[in-house]
Amino acid sequence: MKVLTLNFLTCAVKSCKSSSDSFPLHPKDAELASDDVEVNPQLLINLLPRLDWKALKTTSTELGFPQLPDSPPTIEDLQSDEKLLKDLHSLLMETNLMEGKLVCGVCGHEYAVREGIPNFLLPSHLV
Amino acid sequence: MEYLIRFSQSHETFRLPEIQALAVLEGIEMEVVSYSLDSPFCIIRLPSPSPPSLTTTTSLARKLIRRSILAMSIHELWGHGPSLSTLHATIQSTTSHLWPQYLQSSFKFTLDSYQGSRSSPQKVSIINSFSYLGFLGPIKMRNPDEEFILHEDWIFNSTPLGIPEPKYLYFSRYLGSGMRDLPKKLDLKKRRYISTTSMDAELALITANIALAAPGKIFYDPFCGTGSFPIAVAEFGAVAFGSDIDGRSIRGDEKKKTLKGNFEQYGLLGRLGGTFTADLTNSPIRKQPLGAPGGDGNRDGVKGRVFDGIVCDPPYGVREGLMVLGVRDPEKTPWVERKGREMYKQADFIPPRKPYGFLAMLDDILQFAAQTLVDNGRVAFWMPTANDEEQEMPVPSHPYLETLSVSTQVFNKWSRRLICYRRIPDKDVDPAAVKAREEENKPTGKTADELNPFRKAYFEGFQTPPATGTSTPGTPTTTTQTPPPN
Ligand SMILES: [Zn+2]
Repeated sequence: MKVLTLNFLTCAVKSCKSSSDSFPLHPKDAELASDDVEVNPQLLINLLPRLDWKALKTTSTELGFPQLPDSPPTIEDLQSDEKLLKDLHSLLMETNLMEGKLVCGVCGHEYAVREGIPNFLLPSHLV
Repeated sequence: MEYLIRFSQSHETFRLPEIQALAVLEGIEMEVVSYSLDSPFCIIRLPSPSPPSLTTTTSLARKLIRRSILAMSIHELWGHGPSLSTLHATIQSTTSHLWPQYLQSSFKFTLDSYQGSRSSPQKVSIINSFSYLGFLGPIKMRNPDEEFILHEDWIFNSTPLGIPEPKYLYFSRYLGSGMRDLPKKLDLKKRRYISTTSMDAELALITANIALAAPGKIFYDPFCGTGSFPIAVAEFGAVAFGSDIDGRSIRGDEKKKTLKGNFEQYGLLGRLGGTFTADLTNSPIRKQPLGAPGGDGNRDGVKGRVFDGIVCDPPYGVREGLMVLGVRDPEKTPWVERKGREMYKQADFIPPRKPYGFLAMLDDILQFAAQTLVDNGRVAFWMPTANDEEQEMPVPSHPYLETLSVSTQVFNKWSRRLICYRRIPDKDVDPAAVKAREEENKPTGKTADELNPFRKAYFEGFQTPPATGTSTPGTPTTTTQTPPPN
């Protein structure tokens, strides 16, 4: 799964949803892989208002990427700053989480990731 | 100017929703002038720019159908009428200003006879009857500058019935083609990894068109299986996400035969956003509560709503009952949950499941779509229904979603429908509809049949009291080979 996915996912346990600490999930023992993907500026521009920037900044730091700025770039920034566009593309679209775990900051539940596919099925006492 | 769309005479009820979706996608104001389910010919009107420019409108026409799976071609319509003589009269009185620009072009004449045929001498004499157009350029059968086509619409079985003339004719100049060949590229027969419930390539691509899949967009399939829909939306440029309660369908053999392997086969890996094992009723997708109807525009309309489109073919629960996470009867079987508590951290633990209602599932899909689609984003999903009107299942509704189209593929005893909805921006949502939904009774039941009226009807062989004249004229009754219901 691309790192972008982590910006859309939270803990599947219902009682965790109300707490802001259940998002984003925290990668643990993460193995990353990188793909070559053609840059699509339109995609990043469309995505920008939908991204939770604070969560992305956390994810980026936890995966060992350089610090993202505190506030999100504007669409104009993305259009004029090619390096920024490339960096964001590389993090969101080219980096894949292949193995490891995704950990909830509230309940501590660990979702295993195998071959790039996390498993969010829950035992009945957590449903 | 009017244009002629030459449709394929198949999947009839999908044709207009597809072309109308493509008009929305390309930002073209298209007006349907004449259309009928039993004809492959459709007349549309495109807006004239000011100042009038035929080249601009021509490029709009080409744009409109360039991605269509069911439209074969689009044409500048020079005339139409019930007989060749009325057609000639129209062409002569209304299009003579167009003739000079094709005076020197290389060209060819084609006869497109739908449900009919002409002998060679007839063809020659018909084509010669257009000689007044005065074209001087060379005739080229391959890649001519211009192709002029006489389209004939014959009644069904006209040759054995000895009918001498078509019932209607159109004369056109060819402009551009759709993508009738794209389904071959994604053909299930040549796909590395499929299952019995994989949606065929043609219908998956039509679904992607109707849901407006396009470059720069984010799409999601919550019942992705081996990836038929994610592949189709990615083929049209969208970034695709998918999940399934059965992780094995995504993983396949963990070598070449995997969902990811399918993306690799088609060179679409860059557009595979991510896949995960999950249950829609306990989804890890981040959601926000629905905004109040009529809410002010200041509320960030897309916060927590990330998908441009959701497309899926949910399980119909016929072969196996529908399942979600949980224990069917926790009081009778307390050990199931106890075992879960002790074992769930082990890698091979399989969480227990309980039966799930079909209508509840459809409602969950709509609620999920309302919470996760951006404004004007689309959800398109398939659902089965009995052919008999009395057993027909109603089209589900949701106050935050506008029903845009219902298309039907008919099999012998049952049909499946593709229903497409648009996410209404909060400010336009009807508060009365929201209130009505809150007061509505939710279906209840515990067994697979109680929970699933389609499954029940399926196993009872769709028996109902004798039908009372339910056939509708004009409704396509062609039946296709029945796939196993999901
Ligand atoms: Zn949690």
